[in-house]
Amino acid sequence: MKAETPKSTGSGFGEAIMVPVRLAMGLVDAPLRWVQRKFGLGGMAAFFLLPNMLIFGIFVLLPFFINFAYSMTGGTALFLDDRTFVGTDQYTRLFDCSNYLDPNSCTEDTFWTAVGNTAWFVVLQVTLMILFSLVTALILNRELTARSFWRAVFFFPVLLSPVVVGLIWKWILQRQGLLNFGLYGFGFQPYTWLNDRNWAFAATVGVSIWAHMGFYTLILLAGLQAIPKDLYEAAEMDGTRPARAFWRITLPLLMPNLLVVIVLVLIRAVQIFDEVYVLTGGGPGTSTLYLTQYIYETGFATQLRNPGLAAAASILMGGVLIVLTLIQLGLGRSSEKKGSRK
Amino acid sequence: MSRIAAFIFRRKGGNGWHWTDIVTWIWLVGGLLIMFGPAVWLVGSSFKSPAALAEFPPTLLPYVTQKVTVEGYDKPLYLYDATLPDGSKAVLAEVRRIGIISQMVDPEKPREIIKVNIAQRTPVRTMAFATTNYTEPFIHFDFVRYLWNSVFVTVTATLITLVVNSMAAFALSKYEFRGRAVAMLLILATLMVPLSVIMVPLYSIVSALGLFNNLWGVILPTVATPTGVFILRQYMLTIPDELIDAARMDKASEWQIYWRIVLPLTAPALAVLAIFSVVWRWNDFLWPLIVLSRKELYTLQVGLSIYSGELNVQWHFILAMTVVTMIPVVLVFIFLQRFITTGIAGTGLK
Repeated sequence: MKAETPKSTGSGFGEAIMVPVRLAMGLVDAPLRWVQRKFGLGGMAAFFLLPNMLIFGIFVLLPFFINFAYSMTGGTALFLDDRTFVGTDQYTRLFDCSNYLDPNSCTEDTFWTAVGNTAWFVVLQVTLMILFSLVTALILNRELTARSFWRAVFFFPVLLSPVVVGLIWKWILQRQGLLNFGLYGFGFQPYTWLNDRNWAFAATVGVSIWAHMGFYTLILLAGLQAIPKDLYEAAEMDGTRPARAFWRITLPLLMPNLLVVIVLVLIRAVQIFDEVYVLTGGGPGTSTLYLTQYIYETGFATQLRNPGLAAAASILMGGVLIVLTLIQLGLGRSSEKKGSRK
Repeated sequence: MSRIAAFIFRRKGGNGWHWTDIVTWIWLVGGLLIMFGPAVWLVGSSFKSPAALAEFPPTLLPYVTQKVTVEGYDKPLYLYDATLPDGSKAVLAEVRRIGIISQMVDPEKPREIIKVNIAQRTPVRTMAFATTNYTEPFIHFDFVRYLWNSVFVTVTATLITLVVNSMAAFALSKYEFRGRAVAMLLILATLMVPLSVIMVPLYSIVSALGLFNNLWGVILPTVATPTGVFILRQYMLTIPDELIDAARMDKASEWQIYWRIVLPLTAPALAVLAIFSVVWRWNDFLWPLIVLSRKELYTLQVGLSIYSGELNVQWHFILAMTVVTMIPVVLVFIFLQRFITTGIAGTGLK
């Protein structure tokens, strides 16, 4: 009998690692054969699904439902049974405002400041993010030497951790930083950008675009490359100007991808936290305090922490996110259908 | 040289430069500077001494002012190129500075003090890499601990993610059972429940399980990723069912089918998920920040953010530690970037 040759003959090291794994998998097999005899294929399906569902259940679904109960209770106690029921007090408190456009007129003024900041941030960041990643995708879609290199260039920051991103830019924007150095060459005096309310806000927008635009560029580029080239050739033959070809061919055919990207950017912009927390810490004052940081600080970080209030605020944010996600899923579904019809 | 230039700048038609070509190259070169520049600047800065970091305007490369030990003085003195009042030039060591007058000595003749206006002297500098920025945190801080915690969380979470997600994907792609649609929907629904929405109750659950201030409290909530299940299920759907039926004929158990047939065939998708998972877990910040409050449990990201948020930031250490934190991700970028980009373009998920 000829010995079977395994398909992947890895290195000796790889083989050595695989020995205990094989052993473990073999040991698990015997009891599982019993399970299979006893409960059949359906039982095995349940077995395979169980670990994932258990973790989802405990760490995602359970907290999701507890969150509602949490938002109906007050006090600083951690566990739900120690907390006192207060009904909708937390929501009333969040919404207690004489003028919604002026955070100072509200009981929970930091919440409304965070809402206002987040709204401005989302509008600016999403617009600029789409603009930059669309232009980059269009440029990368041209006849380019070493396209994969240029694609990688714009993708590089996507992999960096938000903390590293925050620190890189904190270092550049500080007084002895690279930006001041560059401006100094043009005769400007050094400036502490992150201590200025407006510049700090602009920095959070800019840095989050810098960190994530490569990701959306990639999705848009994939969409652009799926557009059949012969459409452009036909348009050229008809003497269509490039600008017209962009508005009449590129944009309509890219629209499904573009919409998905817009919603994705929106979902993540609403939740912005990590980079900003490291870069500005929400400051100066509360000028870059966004919703997630408000929830984090209300729930965990401040002296007078109030988990119930944080839960109520997070449910309001969750509502917005669920609507956005449903839109995204709907868009994904419809663009899939279009694809399959081809 | 000109041939290389001709190759790089070649155009399809070959007919002259259109304004869009100029815009393209400005955008690309500008992008190169803006995307890589900040990280390169950080790496360069991480080799500078604290004194060099504090100076403005900064230098591109790390320099230190040379010191010299002069007879009669305990501490080494800084060396300067000085222009003497009579117009001659000399290399002198500074003893002390009073106002705008610097009292200096010639290292050869330490007795005699020479007074020089500070505008008339420039430091003698040599390039020196402050490698102590890297070695010190390893010796005197908990940096090794943070590094170990991060590695432990990343590796463990990735392994569990691969096993748990591939099992679920196998069940959802290769079995017909009641409630499959419900299970799919549930997994889909978890996409809508990001951490920022459930962090308060999740914290109470993790505490109730005794996982507060425990690395497992960081690991477990992250391992059942809906993205992972989707990527793997999509891939497993392409494995022909005949293969599985044939194995069943040969009396293979379902478990054997899973790990000896389906898993090896899913290897490319598993690799993509593994890369994603490593990057995600290495970069996680908010959740570890909530769960870990004891210093010795911090992951790199938490440790870095805490140190950089201190009142008196020791930038020379922070910069070096940031570079170390960047290394695994940069390695992934250099060697595996292609997998990731095709993975994202294929699934549209991150």
